[in-house]
Amino acid sequence: MGDTNQNYLTHPKGIMSWLLTLDHKRIGLMYLFGGLFFFFVGGLLALGMRAELAAPGNDFVSNDTYNSMYTLHGAIMIFLFIIPAIPGALGNILLPLMLGAKDVAFPRLNLFSFYLYSIGAIFFIYVLLSGGVDTGWTFYTPYSTTSNTNVMSTTMGIFIIGFSSILTGLNFIATVHKMRTPGLTWYKLPLFVWALYGTSLVQITATPVIAITMVLLMLERLLGIGIFDPAMGGDPVLFQHFFWFYSHPAVYIMILPAFGIISEIIPVHSRKKVWGYKFIAYSTLSIAFIGFLVWGHHMFTSGQSVLSQIVFSFITYFVGIPTGVKIFSWMLTMYKGQVSFTPPMLYALSFLFLFTIGGLTGIFLGAVALDIHLHDTYFVVAHFHYVMQGGTIVAFLGGLHHWWPKSFGTMYNQTIANIAAIGVFIAFNGTFFPQFLLGLRGMPRRYATYDPQFVEVHSYSTFWSGILGISIFIGVMNLLWSLRKSNKLDPGTNPWGALTMEWTHTSSPPHPHNFEEEPVLTHGPYDYDKVIVKPTFKK
Amino acid sequence: MDRLTEYLFPKQVSSFAHDIDNLFFFIFYASVVLFLIVVIGMMYLAIKYRFKKGDEVRLTSSLDHNTFLEVLFFVIPLILVTITFVWGIRSYLNMVIVPDDAIEIKVTGQSWFWTFDYPEGGSTLNELVVPVETPIKIVLSSTDVLHSFYIPVMRAKMDVLPNRYNVMWFDANQAGEYEIFCTEYCGTGHSNMNAKVIVMPQKMYEVWLAEAGSADDDLPLEELGAKLYSKKACNTCHTLDGTALVGPSYLQTSQMWGQERVFDDGSSAIIDENYVRSSILEPQIQIVAGYQGVMPTYQGLLNDRELDALIAFLKTLKEDSQI
Repeated sequence: MGDTNQNYLTHPKGIMSWLLTLDHKRIGLMYLFGGLFFFFVGGLLALGMRAELAAPGNDFVSNDTYNSMYTLHGAIMIFLFIIPAIPGALGNILLPLMLGAKDVAFPRLNLFSFYLYSIGAIFFIYVLLSGGVDTGWTFYTPYSTTSNTNVMSTTMGIFIIGFSSILTGLNFIATVHKMRTPGLTWYKLPLFVWALYGTSLVQITATPVIAITMVLLMLERLLGIGIFDPAMGGDPVLFQHFFWFYSHPAVYIMILPAFGIISEIIPVHSRKKVWGYKFIAYSTLSIAFIGFLVWGHHMFTSGQSVLSQIVFSFITYFVGIPTGVKIFSWMLTMYKGQVSFTPPMLYALSFLFLFTIGGLTGIFLGAVALDIHLHDTYFVVAHFHYVMQGGTIVAFLGGLHHWWPKSFGTMYNQTIANIAAIGVFIAFNGTFFPQFLLGLRGMPRRYATYDPQFVEVHSYSTFWSGILGISIFIGVMNLLWSLRKSNKLDPGTNPWGALTMEWTHTSSPPHPHNFEEEPVLTHGPYDYDKVIVKPTFKK
Repeated sequence: MDRLTEYLFPKQVSSFAHDIDNLFFFIFYASVVLFLIVVIGMMYLAIKYRFKKGDEVRLTSSLDHNTFLEVLFFVIPLILVTITFVWGIRSYLNMVIVPDDAIEIKVTGQSWFWTFDYPEGGSTLNELVVPVETPIKIVLSSTDVLHSFYIPVMRAKMDVLPNRYNVMWFDANQAGEYEIFCTEYCGTGHSNMNAKVIVMPQKMYEVWLAEAGSADDDLPLEELGAKLYSKKACNTCHTLDGTALVGPSYLQTSQMWGQERVFDDGSSAIIDENYVRSSILEPQIQIVAGYQGVMPTYQGLLNDRELDALIAFLKTLKEDSQI
């Protein structure tokens, strides 16, 4: 299993060797810690919002502060954590390892992507420290062209991060096409690779649209070109079309990698061949494609034509069905397997529960007549948190626990990790399930103050949000605590008995060049019916 | 309305509300079934095939597909979403096709209040008065940013745009007072941009129409001012207790009566009747230092007596005055 004295974490040494590294694993780790930092910031903002919403009036912050908090919560979570963190962190660390490659196709471009992300992040930090921005992460015109908060810096940050996203997508696509080890054909790829591939396709095709939209918005503010501002003959609804033409596919940039993670965790921890491999692979691509055709369902109350309403509602249901079949595939993967209740598996099971609710509540919103009532209420807030947090972030936490021993060569306390996972599950439902009720009763979103009839449900949600914050914090601190020196595992460790190449062909943590020699494929990624690899776990 | 509907939803006041809630319950029960299949299936499989202490790691089944099950998983959701889709569209058409005999009311959204203009002339602020059991056609537009006009009990909502008219309609089947919310984010006062729809029996509505505007004629100025303070949406931005909201508190202005106030361009003026009057009619001319000049003009929305009333009301405010 390679030279035990050399791994990518300690070789080479020195701060410059990190800042100028071309190693995909190190770049992945930098994304990981960047992402976790902004997850923390975005989480604090969320807790601040919930504190304000515990009671109906302005009891904690003013309207303006609240508006800035919810805007930055959304923008930071989406543009600095969810979109870059899973492909940037787990994707970077794992893609070449899963392909048996030495690195991604363009290592320098990869480092450049990370620096673009960092520059974008600096813009956000500037906005955060200089009074915020109050337009909502959606930047609807004409409010965003007239607001006197930091709209320019925020859109500039998003514009720059967009390039990071495009270049990472480009890099991954080239890597999947060109860097597979001999014998690793498309149908032998781990499903996480398929998921990253689908994500990358969406990244390079959709992201330019948000970049252009942000530029137009900046030009509108600077020069008054009159494209969105009705005072100058522009059309504010045109902005919504541009924005959602990116931001709906962006939902799939956020959720497809999570699908990939779940497709890895469940077979490994059930020690069972994945159910419906080809279906999962193809549905990833078809979801990526159909995802481009449904943006109008974000605009069901904008006054678009009746025909548009019908068409967008119809196509929306077509994205739902392949996603639904995937859920059954993951469930049936456990059939006749050997299921271990490890922390990654608990997160995966919790994903199935939460994401199913997220998906099913999408059916309510896809029905136009019902959406009219629920649009821009807390029903929508609950729905997308079930998808984004219950789906993507829970899968991300599961993936982090699954590949932590691989990335760092250390094992966290599994009992604490399990408790945190269960805590996240319960507190998440406690926080967001009541919000469906708020929405049904007509509580609009983005309200700093609200009608007292909603107070009971709001304060309940606030209570659980505190527990949720604590649970996630414990889960992540438990991981970080495992990094202390005395905790090193044997480099040959394969704690889950996994069969994908990153576990069977290289050490934990991996060699700086990934593999000692070109890896030879001896089995498929899910051949638990043909190969036995016993879980090994020694210090 | 059964008890579950009552618990989950606001009242059903429009003629289509019942149908929409039924659509909700159809999707709800179908979802509960699908959800239980997933969760019970998941828990059953995870527990049945759990790796027990003392178990040997062994080769597991190579079973990885079952055509019958997969077709089933595809077809059942397909049938359910097809019904949902068709139902959703049919009900939607009822909500967009405005009956010919509808009364047309013009609604204007402005940061952060609503103006209602009635076909017989007359207008109200933040109070939409309509007769019961009559279709009401609402024609919406905005004078500034986007808003969205939402009446939960009617299950009706439509965005309010500055560059074109949007239309919605409803008919109320019971008299009462119901909430109106703004549901498109519009800045500082977004969550205060509420209004009421007051549904009256036909006869009362006719009386109201005839009396609109004249009913308050004999109120003393101070009382009329207190009434106008909330009726004309002053309370969205100006408090009476000294705390600053979007604009300065009335209490502060009252306490500084006769003193000098400094504006954002460095100039200043003595607070008196003329200052208050011009601040209401031409709010952009003198902007109090520390605030943003976001107040719209009330030119044409208040007559002279109403202006006098607001000024009289403001002057009476004291630290401990109760409203």
